[in-house]
Amino acid sequence: MAHYELTTPVSEAQIRQLRVNDTVTLQSTLYGIRDATQIHMFDRGRRTRFDLNGHAVIHTAPNVKKVEKSPANPAGYAPVCIGTTTSDRMERFTRPLLTQYGVRIIIGKGGLREDSLAAFSELGGVYLAIVGGTAALETTWIEQIEDVDLDDLNPESLWRFRIRNFGPLLVAMDSHGESLFSVVRQDAQARRARVLASLGVKSA
Amino acid sequence: MKIDLKMVEETARDLYIRALKVLPPDIKSGFTRLVAHETVPTARNVLATMVTNIQVAEDTNNLLCQDTGVPIYNVIIGSGVAVDGHALKDAIRTGCERATREHPLRSSVVHPLTRKNEHTSCGIEVPVIHVDFTAAPDVLSIEMVPKGSGSENNSFLKMATPAEGIDAIKTFVIDCVLAAGGKTCPPTIVGVGLGGTSDLCVALAKRAATRALGTHCNDPEGAKLEQQLSAAVNQIGVGPQGLGGDSTAFAVHIELAATHITMNPVAVNMQCHSARRAKATFTPAGVTYGF
Repeated sequence: MAHYELTTPVSEAQIRQLRVNDTVTLQSTLYGIRDATQIHMFDRGRRTRFDLNGHAVIHTAPNVKKVEKSPANPAGYAPVCIGTTTSDRMERFTRPLLTQYGVRIIIGKGGLREDSLAAFSELGGVYLAIVGGTAALETTWIEQIEDVDLDDLNPESLWRFRIRNFGPLLVAMDSHGESLFSVVRQDAQARRARVLASLGVKSA
Repeated sequence: MKIDLKMVEETARDLYIRALKVLPPDIKSGFTRLVAHETVPTARNVLATMVTNIQVAEDTNNLLCQDTGVPIYNVIIGSGVAVDGHALKDAIRTGCERATREHPLRSSVVHPLTRKNEHTSCGIEVPVIHVDFTAAPDVLSIEMVPKGSGSENNSFLKMATPAEGIDAIKTFVIDCVLAAGGKTCPPTIVGVGLGGTSDLCVALAKRAATRALGTHCNDPEGAKLEQQLSAAVNQIGVGPQGLGGDSTAFAVHIELAATHITMNPVAVNMQCHSARRAKATFTPAGVTYGF
């Protein structure tokens, strides 16, 4: 259970060294993506002008305030509250994010499924779990909204955040086929019969 | 008692923002209880982060969670209150729009087919406004619940049969919690609706999920089952954020209604750990805010 400080973009080797239960704090740049962002990128043929190669994306759609463009707010947006949404809905976009855009890190909550885990193994990717519902805290790790693309999808635009000390985040799915969510799911399933028996359920 | 509709609009606006920023004291106490009993180190860390976030939100006057949810307003009108109900609903809707524009808040509400976002947190039939009545004469209360989608996306209904009995209810609740895993942002309040028609059953589940911690089902049989399920659900091991642990739920809440001789409906609706709600009470003395 080691702790890593990573500055994005990262290399495959940096990702391969991470194992489940390690923790990571990120520096530099983070991209925000969401359901509609990826539906448009992967189902409707739209491309982003951002270079996501080696980068980290977070499943989010932020609360922002429209402001005058300035050096402090170069995209014309000031952050209000930025948090993380449930990853599971976006399961089928993991592989194309890695193959088409070279994304290395996905940050989310609640975990992804088997195909994402396979993609992480094959292509060198990792899932970092953040504590969902703690957006007030997460917002303090974001310095600026640097840029935005596909903004007609607002709030589900593709956001580029400048981050500082973003974490610690938990390595919950690594590039060696390990997933904390799978372990917990299997364990919970194994407890089911005992729990139902404790409730007096006759045959389950 | 007469109701000033301009005041209703202001209150509906303030309630939305307030609910998003300050967690009710019963939920904070719920965290204290879970932290005291949690044995898994990862889970303890996750709970500690959640508790820190509650403080950061208050210190920075920020939203607890970025999900502004689907806005729900529950209105209860006293017997001596004179108010134009239609205008009251309009005032609430305007207050909801104003909160979104003026704070500003992320509008999380879209048309179900076109997915168009009006950036007002409003749309067809949204905000959801429920109206009920009380015998108390000089009171009108408005409760605001911003219902987050992570938990709402894990909503379930089963039209079980009488022959399947209470065992079907217990099994369904446990299986819903298993299926939801970490997607609901656990620890949750597991709301269970029993009986009624299918639509009433689902509405009861939502009422149960958004009830204050420490309150109990009015029906003694329902209250008994609540206790059993509350203990059982934390033996499953899903834990905070689905990363394993003892703290899968703050509690299981049940609301029930009579049902048909041939029916045994059970619905589950969950509330995430950011179990937000705020309430305003109008009396002849003025408006007071609470939870």
